Amino acid sequence: MKNSQNGTLTSVEIVPRCLSFFYIGLLIVLPLIAITAKAFQGGLRNLFHQITLPEGIYSLKLTFFLAIILMFINIITGTATAWVLVRYNFPLKNIMNSLIDIPFAIPTVVTGIMLVVLYGPNSVIGSIFENHGLEIIFNKPGIILALLFVTFPFVVRSVQPVLMEMDKDMEEAAQTLGASRISIFFRVILPTLLPSILTGAALSFSRALGEFGSIVIVAGNIPFKTQVASVYIYGEIESANIQGALGTAVVLLFSSFIVLVFLNLLQRWSHKHES
Amino acid sequence: MNPELNRVELIRNRRHIGEWVTLSLVLLWFFILILIPIFGIIRETFSQGLDAVKTSLATPASLHAFWLTILLTTSAVILNTLFGTILAIVLARQNFKGKLILESLLDLPFAVSPVVAGFMLIILFGSTGWIGSWFSSMNIKIIYALPGMLIATLFVTFPFVAREILPVLREFGPEQEEAASTLGASQWQTFWRITLPTIKWGLVYGVTLTIARSIGEFGAVLVVSGSIINKTQTATLRIHDQFSDFNYAGAFSAALILIVASFLLLNFIKHIYKTKGGNTS
Repeated sequence: MKNSQNGTLTSVEIVPRCLSFFYIGLLIVLPLIAITAKAFQGGLRNLFHQITLPEGIYSLKLTFFLAIILMFINIITGTATAWVLVRYNFPLKNIMNSLIDIPFAIPTVVTGIMLVVLYGPNSVIGSIFENHGLEIIFNKPGIILALLFVTFPFVVRSVQPVLMEMDKDMEEAAQTLGASRISIFFRVILPTLLPSILTGAALSFSRALGEFGSIVIVAGNIPFKTQVASVYIYGEIESANIQGALGTAVVLLFSSFIVLVFLNLLQRWSHKHES
Repeated sequence: MNPELNRVELIRNRRHIGEWVTLSLVLLWFFILILIPIFGIIRETFSQGLDAVKTSLATPASLHAFWLTILLTTSAVILNTLFGTILAIVLARQNFKGKLILESLLDLPFAVSPVVAGFMLIILFGSTGWIGSWFSSMNIKIIYALPGMLIATLFVTFPFVAREILPVLREFGPEQEEAASTLGASQWQTFWRITLPTIKWGLVYGVTLTIARSIGEFGAVLVVSGSIINKTQTATLRIHDQFSDFNYAGAFSAALILIVASFLLLNFIKHIYKTKGGNTS
């Protein structure tokens, strides 16, 4: 039996490889090529025109704006949560740790419904806020709440393992040398955690760009007010306006690519950090 | 030495206040953001009364929706486990041109919006698409029918199994497999006796994530299904439909079933993983 060291391929190697190419080709590559071909069919100017349709471009701006806000909130709360889970001891810590992933387990539609039940105009909390002139559901705060819920685990789960493996030696050394708590955090802890924080942030950013299920229920989807990109695309598909959906979809798709490339670079960077 | 130690003690004590503030803020955030909404929906479901819950769950449309979700989830698990395992082995054990691209493509479904995923599938498999037009000339409908919904579910859950297995395969390396085949084991024997036991727990975890995501998938399936009652309506689509029709008892009770199912599944697997998986490795 020949093997790959002789330069020739056996069927044991070639069959799985072909199957892999076939499956990824059918499921991922062909749909990508199809949408790209469709988008550039009418030429670059046409595509640019589709992207800059007022409703579409508003939805894109809103989506990116909310995703960036969300990313910064998640960086702080996610790192703090991971810190508390690794470094502190408190009652019910194990239960909290197992509940961190629950946003991943709950279907996004259900998340949306939960938030409407809790903060909607008919709820106790929602009506209190409404009396003070703050609308949560069917407005932007509702979208942020939904996004915060569905992306909560990302930063926590990427920072937690790094924090667990991190030696306390360096911190204690810095402490005995008289460094303040703040300078220890910024000079010793943060640089070690940075790749994992950025990974979690990029994951939650990309999720926020694409999130649909929870937002479609919570946002009210009013054009030029609460309509995010994914909901806009859905609306255009529903009204059989493929061209209108294309421009916005291509921008979202392209952004996903950028995030993936960024994540890849991060991974290499943190591997270098380790060795 | 003594003053130095005192200094450290002093800093440690001072930390207590900061510690308490951080801890309470994190717990408060977690409570408001995650726990209260979950309690809210549990309370709301049962405030409708158990009878309302039962009658809305037992309607033919709801039963059909749950059945469809189970069917799609099972098919996605079988296909993605099979192809995910093959892909992971190819990526871990073979070297060829374009391997890096293949591996980057694997992550794409995680980054793409489910609506965009569904949209891409409509363009390719719709009745005017490259592949869709070919099938529709043979009178097979993919979009707005079951095959399209299956492809959408496969797309969004594709990376889970492969991503969980891949690091395990890389960590263990091919040495044992090579030893087995030098000793005369066939490729199948090597796979069943060496490779499979190695990747077992990664596989279990990947399957769990695939199940949870298939059950909960909404956007991609909505776009390609048309959400036709009793035909292409899965459980999540049914929940959305009922909620839009102000049938809250139906929506909440179905939602609660999905939450409980996914949560139990995830924690059950985690439990096994910790008790058994911890011992073997």
